[in-house]
Amino acid sequence: MAKILMKGSEAIPEAAIQAGCRFFFGYPITPQNDIPEYMSARLPKIGGCFLQAESEVAAINMVYGAAAAGARVMTSSSSPGVSLKQEGISYIAGAELPCVICNMMRGGPGLGSIQPSQGDYFQATKGGGHGDYHLIVLAPSSVQEAVDLMHNAFDLADIYRTPVMLLADGIIGQMMEPVEFHEHEQRKLPDKPWAVTGWKGDRPRSVVNSLYIEVDELQEMNDRLQARYKEIQEKEVMVELYKTEGAEVIICAYGTVARICKAAIALCEEKGVKVGLVRPITLWPFPEKELKEVMAQESVKRELTVEISAGQMHEDVRLALNGMKPADFYGKPGSYTPTAEEIAEYILKTREA
Amino acid sequence: MLWTNIFAGFGGQGVLLIGKLLAQAGLYEGREVSWLPSYGPEMRGGTANCSVVVSDAPIASPCINMANCVIAMNRPSLDKFEQNVLPGGKLFINSSIIDKKATRTDIEVYYVPCNEIADSLNNPKVGNMAMLGAYIEATKAVDSKSVLDALLHSLGEKKAHLIPLNEQAIELGKQAVRDQIK
Amino acid sequence: MTTVFKKTPVLTDTVMHYCPGCGHGIVHRLVAEVIEELGIQDRTIGFVPVGCAVFGYKYFAVDCVEAAHGRAPAAATGCKRVNPNNVVFTYQGDGDLASIGAAEIVHAAHRGEKITTIFINNAIYGMTGGQMAPTTLVGQKTTTSPYGRDPEHCGKPLRVAEMIATIEGAAYVERVSVDSVPNIIKAKAAIKKAFQCQLDGKGFALVEVLSSCPTNWGKSPAEAMDWIKSDMIPYYPLGVKKDRTNE
Repeated sequence: MAKILMKGSEAIPEAAIQAGCRFFFGYPITPQNDIPEYMSARLPKIGGCFLQAESEVAAINMVYGAAAAGARVMTSSSSPGVSLKQEGISYIAGAELPCVICNMMRGGPGLGSIQPSQGDYFQATKGGGHGDYHLIVLAPSSVQEAVDLMHNAFDLADIYRTPVMLLADGIIGQMMEPVEFHEHEQRKLPDKPWAVTGWKGDRPRSVVNSLYIEVDELQEMNDRLQARYKEIQEKEVMVELYKTEGAEVIICAYGTVARICKAAIALCEEKGVKVGLVRPITLWPFPEKELKEVMAQESVKRELTVEISAGQMHEDVRLALNGMKPADFYGKPGSYTPTAEEIAEYILKTREA
Repeated sequence: MLWTNIFAGFGGQGVLLIGKLLAQAGLYEGREVSWLPSYGPEMRGGTANCSVVVSDAPIASPCINMANCVIAMNRPSLDKFEQNVLPGGKLFINSSIIDKKATRTDIEVYYVPCNEIADSLNNPKVGNMAMLGAYIEATKAVDSKSVLDALLHSLGEKKAHLIPLNEQAIELGKQAVRDQIK
Repeated sequence: MTTVFKKTPVLTDTVMHYCPGCGHGIVHRLVAEVIEELGIQDRTIGFVPVGCAVFGYKYFAVDCVEAAHGRAPAAATGCKRVNPNNVVFTYQGDGDLASIGAAEIVHAAHRGEKITTIFINNAIYGMTGGQMAPTTLVGQKTTTSPYGRDPEHCGKPLRVAEMIATIEGAAYVERVSVDSVPNIIKAKAAIKKAFQCQLDGKGFALVEVLSSCPTNWGKSPAEAMDWIKSDMIPYYPLGVKKDRTNE
């Protein structure tokens, strides 16, 4: 199939549809409105359902109900809206339901801005709502990758019975890039005997629930989740290593910022300084082992995390490195997208220091 | 080759569109492309700009700070983005409504009377196409045929009758650059 | 041997956790009997609330979903939209539906969502230990209105059935009570009609049931039933608030 030029926030819903998503519940918020708009036009024509909920709270609970019924279902929002969804996401995690949530991050806290940001890293990777849980968090850095990751997102959600978040920034949503919707290798998916579809007596009665009032029962559920998270950490890490071999400095960045860092790496190269990039594609599970391996090279003197945040992912980087080599941070919270030039300048300047 | 471009102007001048046409044309020619609009409150009524990258190699960053080419369709755009042209790069100025000259001396500057060209074709809307014509003449980043294919894709068959008019605008924009080079 | 009474198979054999004299047990049985009589047990999905009926999924012998506090109508919407052939009901208390879930119930009605809601109004938060609800009567003492509900301070009780009845998408709304046998019989008829409304695709249906909470009211079960009659029904008049099922 030929490549077509497509905006991220139209390519993402199209990819979701191609991945079998037929149900979408959402609420308007900038900058992600193209996603519900696209779904509202397409889903009714292919036997699905788009519904504009009365709030993000309602939308995520509609997702909960649809997921309980066994559907491939999705919602999308942007930072303040995703905060509202956290209650529901915790219930979905606790009830072990699959679904996909897209967050087109904007600047915060509070109402913040509508410009790109990476300020929701903590919220996305540490659970976000109450209780001990994780989402699988996928961070695309191009429109094509966002398309490809949508297929992974739905498969991972079904395989591990967990909510999966596509964590992108406004740039991924607004940008047009060539995309190709190619066939994806279909992973083996489990059946959903737990879905509520009407009890005919041919299986145990299905109850979708996150209430375990007895201490040992709740423990059992949590142990099950933790075992699953361990398996995800072992099997599902995705990371791009870019020019890391023999590099002197290793940048760790994700999403659009990682793209800017690639341009900064080219600028450093012109000055004869070898810089590499470790780009986590799964933010959770974080590519701890891969980062450490790259950093262990003799050539590598230090690490630099670049983010549009006050250094949220940088905390995971430091945990992973655990003091093995110096780890520095460059970036600002809010919505300031750093330029390739300033990142390169910072790298060169701190090198001389 | 790598072309990094910033297209800027008033909302309604069609700068986002010509940026898109360039990206689409690049795609038709088998290149890597990206198109990134500035978005936000300025989308509504104020200035609009987009970053377009056309490249023979995979594109590192779609976010452009320093560009090979800046296209300024109005005065605020020139004031804002003149400094963002890389040394040796190109600056395109809509001389119909920008009375100011470029201050930089380390870049190539092209003055394109977009509005006059559009007026000469009796259609005020094609000023942006004249600018795109000037851009492709000066950069050879893409072929004008690919741009017209992209325009047809954008307009749809129903509006295909507008193609010759746009082709003329592109041609006159190219001519403006050729005249200056002479 | 003649069978004179048999528990409906739509209730499980699990011993209920409800207090003596609580109305939930009665309403559970009515809902279960209606599901049995309509022959829809194999396609009914129950959405239970956060509140005293939180363990409803243990008692209704149908597929069940435990929803977040107040969100049952939204969750039920998601399920119904996926499988429109399922019969979907929510069972919610007054804290759940009238307070934290006010938006969800209003908009489920507003969309004319083809679900059935059983709303238990016992004028108090039961599960959390007797706090004031939006439905608590003026002057009624609760653990968070120890001097009695003061309308100057926190308004007058919310009449949910009347409010929902004003919404276009609501096809059938009735208020009933389980304080006496005749009223229980009427309550069952209303619940049946609310399910039938869904089966006929008419739109949203809600039955508000005035119910007892002797434990948190500080009354005996018999006194509690009397209090429904003497204090609740005068403020919450029984009857059909809206019926578009014949249209």
